[in-house]
Amino acid sequence: MALNKTLRPGLIQVRVLNMEESLNFYVNVLGLNEVGRTSDGRVMLKGYDEFDHHSVVLREADEAGFEYVAFKVDSPETLVNFKTATEAFGYPVDEVPANSDQPGFGKRYGFKLCTGHRIELYAEVELADQRPMVLNPDPWVEMPRGMRAQRFDHVLLYGPNIAEAERYFTEVLGMYAPEICNTPDGKRFATWLTSGNKAHDVALVEYDKPGKMHHFAFLLQDWNEIGNAADVMAKNGVKRDVGPTRHAITRGQTIYMWEPSGNRIETYCGGYTAYPDNPVRVWDVDEIGKGLFYYEGELIPSFLQIVT
Amino acid sequence: MQQYEITYKETGDKFYCKEDESLLACMRRNNNGPVQIGCFGGGCGRCKVQILEGEYHKFKKMSRAHISEEDEKQGIVLACCIKPRGSITVTTAPN
Ligand code: FES
Ligand SMILES: [Fe+2]
Repeated sequence: MALNKTLRPGLIQVRVLNMEESLNFYVNVLGLNEVGRTSDGRVMLKGYDEFDHHSVVLREADEAGFEYVAFKVDSPETLVNFKTATEAFGYPVDEVPANSDQPGFGKRYGFKLCTGHRIELYAEVELADQRPMVLNPDPWVEMPRGMRAQRFDHVLLYGPNIAEAERYFTEVLGMYAPEICNTPDGKRFATWLTSGNKAHDVALVEYDKPGKMHHFAFLLQDWNEIGNAADVMAKNGVKRDVGPTRHAITRGQTIYMWEPSGNRIETYCGGYTAYPDNPVRVWDVDEIGKGLFYYEGELIPSFLQIVT
Repeated sequence: MQQYEITYKETGDKFYCKEDESLLACMRRNNNGPVQIGCFGGGCGRCKVQILEGEYHKFKKMSRAHISEEDEKQGIVLACCIKPRGSITVTTAPN
């Protein structure tokens, strides 16, 4: 669906406190497939509807949270151009060799965004062994499990100076913001950014501490599948955070829950079709409760404050 | 089933924790104690409390982003990661 040279967020690495417990959640509850393990014990996962080698990596550590997200771009030429443009924007860039710590992935360029998050860019990745059919394709090869998550969808990051980060994503990566939220004095409080027709690929909320993650999200087929996810959540004793409900922002339908290491996971579907030529939707910060939780009509108190 | 008496220092309130229940689950069920609920997974740090007295068992890893080794020595814990093993007195964690 990408309209731009940036295709999508294609890889995220997160820390978990207990690999066994969290992996059971991601595989048997959320429904991702295990692709394999790295020599240092990280676990690579993917959604059943993803073509690329893997999209989610778990690393066991003594704290939970975000390590990095990587965006796939449309060609090696774009990758080099984006590297140069990132440096010109003011962020020093490092290079991660092909097929090193992320098996199957080509060369990646990484840098630290002003919000404290590591962002990476790559152009090439091998196809996964388990991938969707392409010749007279069925909707799936093996019957999906659990919540039947199709693919990694987006991430919401918390950190300082999101106005600058928004400028980076729009000016350098060619993304755009279909929806924003401002404080009464006109400063950016939150922004939803996309590279294609999805309502968002990455969202940012202004926060004093750097490098935090609010949640990362997986795509489900539709509202019926959100109902299935709620059943699977309850049956497995997964701790619910919010939902099932609808966002007014992006108009997606959703459940938020906690995986066993305390990272917030969203199962998300729907959302409007975004176009870069449409007017930007704007929220006042005191209306954000309704924006986030349309049915409840108000903010769920702990929601904005708890991050990993 | 064995039950353990929990005393909330600030109010002097007493309530009971089931043997197989985390301190956080108990505080939520009783709507008492320094209750702040988050992930129930030891990751978000929301449920930080201090145990002043009594035996407890850490059954889940606590994020080092929120509980240092020094904290642990002083009984500062994440309530979702511990189960009482006797009567305990709990207070709001220092900031
Ligand atoms: S509720 Fe998140 S650490 Fe206990
Ligand atoms: Fe989301």
